[in-house]
Amino acid sequence: MTTDLRSRAAEIKHTDADATAALLRELVAHLRKNRTQLREEWARRITESKLLMAMTREEIFAEATSVYDNYVEVLETGSVEALQAYARNLSERIIPRGVETHEVLGIVLLLRDVLARSLFKKYQADFGLLNAVLDAYEPAANRIANTVAVGFVQERERIIRQQQEAIRELSTPVLQVRDRLLILPIIGVIDSLRARQLTEQLLRGIRANRAKVVVVDITGVPSVDATVANHLVQTVDASRLMGANVIVTGLSSEIAQTLVTIGVDLSKINAVGDLQGGIEEAERLLGYSVTMPEPKPGEVKA
Amino acid sequence: MRVPILKQSQYVIASIQSALSDEELLQLRDDLARDVGKHRSRGVIIDVTVLDVMDSFAVRTLRAIAHMIRLRGAQTVIVGIQPEVAFAMVQLGLTLEDITTALDLEEGLACLNQQAAAGARHVQ
Repeated sequence: MTTDLRSRAAEIKHTDADATAALLRELVAHLRKNRTQLREEWARRITESKLLMAMTREEIFAEATSVYDNYVEVLETGSVEALQAYARNLSERIIPRGVETHEVLGIVLLLRDVLARSLFKKYQADFGLLNAVLDAYEPAANRIANTVAVGFVQERERIIRQQQEAIRELSTPVLQVRDRLLILPIIGVIDSLRARQLTEQLLRGIRANRAKVVVVDITGVPSVDATVANHLVQTVDASRLMGANVIVTGLSSEIAQTLVTIGVDLSKINAVGDLQGGIEEAERLLGYSVTMPEPKPGEVKA
Repeated sequence: MRVPILKQSQYVIASIQSALSDEELLQLRDDLARDVGKHRSRGVIIDVTVLDVMDSFAVRTLRAIAHMIRLRGAQTVIVGIQPEVAFAMVQLGLTLEDITTALDLEEGLACLNQQAAAGARHVQ
């Protein structure tokens, strides 16, 4: 029995490419002929498995149709390029709707199963032929599942990279509020990379605007650890080397407590309670004095 | 190349023109200490705008110069540290804590004038 199977496997392995191609042709013809019924079966099983819940039944059916056609085409031509492009396009459309990786992979595997079942049914009388057909079908089907999953994940990663880039660019403005006075409002979590970028941007801003005082506002920073605190100290030192005074504002009581507990050397940091206080202190350092205009006669003083 | 040292009213200005070797740095130190006395200067400005690297020896020497000048009765301002240099220095822990720094020559002069004004009031 074992030897029989083995010899049979060897025989199948040696089946020449022509035979495989012929089987695939037959397969494709079968899939084309039963297109409507298999597609419906597939869509039904997608709904049954509660996949793609974010999409309506009609949308699922429409996508199922194009995936099915692409699938058959890959089986026929053996070229995954068109499918790759389609998978990318599909991912672009469904990612914003919150479709997960497991769902995409799930529906492709479901299609593989649906088609395999139909093959079992068709060739159940001839086990040898069924085996040969599956040998031709399985690698192709696995390759398709792989292509779609890889395409989806790559698209997702591309979007994540793009968004990270956008966040990075958005979140580090260096603003001039008065001649020689810059504000650097930091919002969000600071990691080493971002801290470095912030410092570099600030130093360039100091040179470009000939700043003498910089107010770094960290009201929007949720938490500070030793690393971030050291980055802050480094930023202050580097700015001073370029002749600018740094005022740090917006240290919340929690952050202040953390810093004291960690034991960061904050003796070099000039801290002021809030952004308003920081700007007032900066104006004082720069020699500005802001006064309310005298109220005109008859005007009510604010 | 020897760093040119220019006298400008009551200040002297050392304007570094190219990257300096260790010997040239020491030469600058000796020249400045001598010229401050010769010109009876109140302040010294060292312009490092052209330096795109400052190693620990350079920073240490600049610091030594500033301390020597202080003992000779004048103030030192180091001007023109570039953003990249400032960042690298801080990462190496070379922060020049007790030394006055300014953005450029103009700022450095303003800084010395301010200190001189404060000192003059003090004397009055």
